[in-house]
Amino acid sequence: MKVSYFPGCTLKNKAVILDTYARKCAEVLGVTLEEIENWQCCGGVFTTSKDEVATKLSSVRALKYAQDRNQPLVSVCSACHNVIKQTNHAIQTDAEFSDKVNRYIAPESPYTGDTQVYHYLELLRDVVGFDKVKEKVVNPLGGRKIAPYYGCLLLRPNTVMQMDDPENPQIFEDLIRALGGEPVAYSMRNECCGGYVTMENPEFAKSKSKAVTDNATAFGAECIVTACPLCKYNLDKNGNSVPVVYFTELLAEALGVKEDETNA
Amino acid sequence: MQRIGVFVCWCGTNIAGTVDVAAVSEALKSEPGVVFSTNYQYMCSQAGQDIIKDAVKEHNLTGIVVCSCSPRMHEATFRKTAAAAGLNPYMVEIANIREQCSWVHKDMLTGTEKAIILGKAAVAKVNLNTPLTPGESPVTKRALVIGGGIAGIQTALDIADAGFPVDIVEKNPTIGGKMAQLDKTFPTLDCAACILTPKMVDVAQHENIRIFSYSEVEEIGGFVGNFDVKIKKKARFVKEDICTGCGACVEKCPMKKIPNEFNLGMDNRRAVYIPFAQAVPKVATIDPSACNMLKSGKCGICSKVCTAGAIDYKQKDELIEEKYGAIVVATGFNPISMDKFDEFAYNQSRDVITSLEFERLTNAAGPTQGKLLRPSDLEHPHTIVFVQCVGSRCDACAEKGKEYCSKICCMYTAKHAMLVRDKYPDTEVYVFYIDVRTPGKNFDEFYRRAVEEYGVRYIKGMVGKITPEGDKLKVQASDLLADKQLHIDADLVVLAAAIEPDKTARPLATMLTASMDTNDFFTEAHPKLRPVESPTAGVFLSGTCQGPKDIPETVSQASAAAAKVIGLLVKDKLTGNPCIASPNELMCNGCSSCERVCPYGAITYIDKEFPQPDRTVAVRRVAQVNPAVCQGCGACTVACMSGAMDLRGFMSSQIIAEVDAICK
Repeated sequence: MKVSYFPGCTLKNKAVILDTYARKCAEVLGVTLEEIENWQCCGGVFTTSKDEVATKLSSVRALKYAQDRNQPLVSVCSACHNVIKQTNHAIQTDAEFSDKVNRYIAPESPYTGDTQVYHYLELLRDVVGFDKVKEKVVNPLGGRKIAPYYGCLLLRPNTVMQMDDPENPQIFEDLIRALGGEPVAYSMRNECCGGYVTMENPEFAKSKSKAVTDNATAFGAECIVTACPLCKYNLDKNGNSVPVVYFTELLAEALGVKEDETNA
Repeated sequence: MQRIGVFVCWCGTNIAGTVDVAAVSEALKSEPGVVFSTNYQYMCSQAGQDIIKDAVKEHNLTGIVVCSCSPRMHEATFRKTAAAAGLNPYMVEIANIREQCSWVHKDMLTGTEKAIILGKAAVAKVNLNTPLTPGESPVTKRALVIGGGIAGIQTALDIADAGFPVDIVEKNPTIGGKMAQLDKTFPTLDCAACILTPKMVDVAQHENIRIFSYSEVEEIGGFVGNFDVKIKKKARFVKEDICTGCGACVEKCPMKKIPNEFNLGMDNRRAVYIPFAQAVPKVATIDPSACNMLKSGKCGICSKVCTAGAIDYKQKDELIEEKYGAIVVATGFNPISMDKFDEFAYNQSRDVITSLEFERLTNAAGPTQGKLLRPSDLEHPHTIVFVQCVGSRCDACAEKGKEYCSKICCMYTAKHAMLVRDKYPDTEVYVFYIDVRTPGKNFDEFYRRAVEEYGVRYIKGMVGKITPEGDKLKVQASDLLADKQLHIDADLVVLAAAIEPDKTARPLATMLTASMDTNDFFTEAHPKLRPVESPTAGVFLSGTCQGPKDIPETVSQASAAAAKVIGLLVKDKLTGNPCIASPNELMCNGCSSCERVCPYGAITYIDKEFPQPDRTVAVRRVAQVNPAVCQGCGACTVACMSGAMDLRGFMSSQIIAEVDAICK
């Protein structure tokens, strides 16, 4: 199976391993990630102001690219996925926005929001299937206690994202179990890490990250797993030194495609 | 040709202030058919009515137009006046020149002009009026009450005490409803069972009341005074008339792990069970989904131990057909499911419970014999958090909850909090609220006692999230008055779940052709002035099926509904409204359009023979209107494509004459 793939800026520098392992694991699971040509930054944040169009054009181009190839659009970064999915929803539900965007980009045929948008986790759950993932595990995680960390962007707003129950999500937990690890139940798993507030008010952001990592380790977490580069940045910088890893790293390890640390 | 009298009312200055009444009576004098026209200060007064009566005699009037207030106000008055003067009351027309004219216009010129036009329209209509006579139908002197909770019980007792036979249909094995599950009742704290169970016994012993327990209404036909109802009595596999309720079968039944509905699944019952000790009828019921004998034919212990020989594994559902004059809906409520409220972790922890579950936990007959122990480990909880409005007043999350206020939660939460502090003073009790709503007799005093005497910590703000962590429930909440975030480690969380109508209400409303609102509460005929009647004649509303209410209010409404039923059943004959639909059979093409739009189920079709000019007979399908059911709404007249359906008193020709008069 081939899918259109939107990596996003961070995956090309700070979060290279999120990208490389996503590709490698996909191959193992029979999915080819075809990187969209000339993709541009997703904008980082979905602006809710109604007249803001420019920052959403990049998402629309990517969505149109996938539609032209009749492929679903997959991304790994929580922020990119959030922007793309919300933009797609806006195209579907806001006629004025859709009209503006299509006039601006002027594609041969207008884009009407038909592309299926998946986060990589949804690809694993809904397309590949966690049972299939489990079958492919060669190096199970040996009951390692892993704390799933959702952050904000993966699940919210729920009416648009429709990924999992925003109050009691299970998708990370199910993945961890499929890989042979033990998900840690703790209360801060879908609380904010501090996000971009770290630029404005570092002390406050620090208190948020600290609360998350302290809560996770109090319940025996050996590591925290996330899909979001910004979450990882904040938890690494401000947390309590518990390792924070991308879910693709764990996946690669379990599927036996993780390179030796020294070669990475 | 009619001889019409026009009577223009000043209504003091209400009309005369903006309408030149003399000009109106003068202008209408020259309308076709008008032989007399006058005006007077108060036409509805005795003197005014005498003017009308005298004019009828003096001028030999055949029709009357009164230009006055809305027909809602005084149409009945002037119809009586006409009847007293020897006219058919339906020869009276009202031109509303007050609410729709003088009250909305400021300028005398435009007001007068409009009043004249409205008067002309009424005159045009009266020219085509014909005398109408209401029909009569007999009344079956028996009432049906659907639902055996406190509402149904009170209604049934009141009707039965008035001497009329009543049947109660209850879907559960026992009557008693939600009130039987409650521990204490606010604001007096008397025990619910102590005041309810004597009433249940009264019902059981009343010579005029029959109880069909474990039964459901299958089909309703007929109309006010003459309902035909089919009731399905579900097989309980126990002969009701023989069973003594001794409980020997229950004791010996080997199937012990069936979740006990009465205790909301917090403990278990057997496959053969009596819901609770004071059940009425006190008869065992076998749960066919759990009984080994019924499922696989292996067991039969209950039959062996039953000394009365009441067990009957071969029992079948029974269909009972009965006629009723009136039907009372008392189907009650349920707390909504907490499945969509994962932020409160109801499905993640056994220590997050609903308020109804809390009632069972504090009830001496409940799963913990009344000791307040938390369900997960049966330890005494030291910190309890109550969350109000879970799913109520929830317009931002309409797909999860209800927009309305559930009305009873503020008071029962105050009750719970107070009782906990009273019995276990070492327990910290928090109540989170949006508003505390306590309008009721002695209600606010009760709530204040909880705060001031019992030290319950009321916090304005909502709980955002509850997470089970170890043996604690982490409660995150906002204190809006102190403007800060709170983190509480609770041992037990009690959710005041919104209430919703019972699931059986919607299909029942369809059977009754009774209307419901968007929340599936039954609609009353008038929200203020006819609160216990459904718009469908002969159907009455009792209790929470009509909207959230507490016990005193439910009982008041139940008695009110009973009074309405008694008022109906004492009549030997019912006089109908003569302004009903009537089909012109020669024009009817049998298309069923009218039948489909009729909200009351008043229209049926029959095959009727029509003699032809060549002396043969043709059979055609034509519409028939049941005069006792038709409410005269007129929907069918609009839907009829061949123009065969007409509404008496509002014939199409009359309406067109009015429009013509206005547009002339």
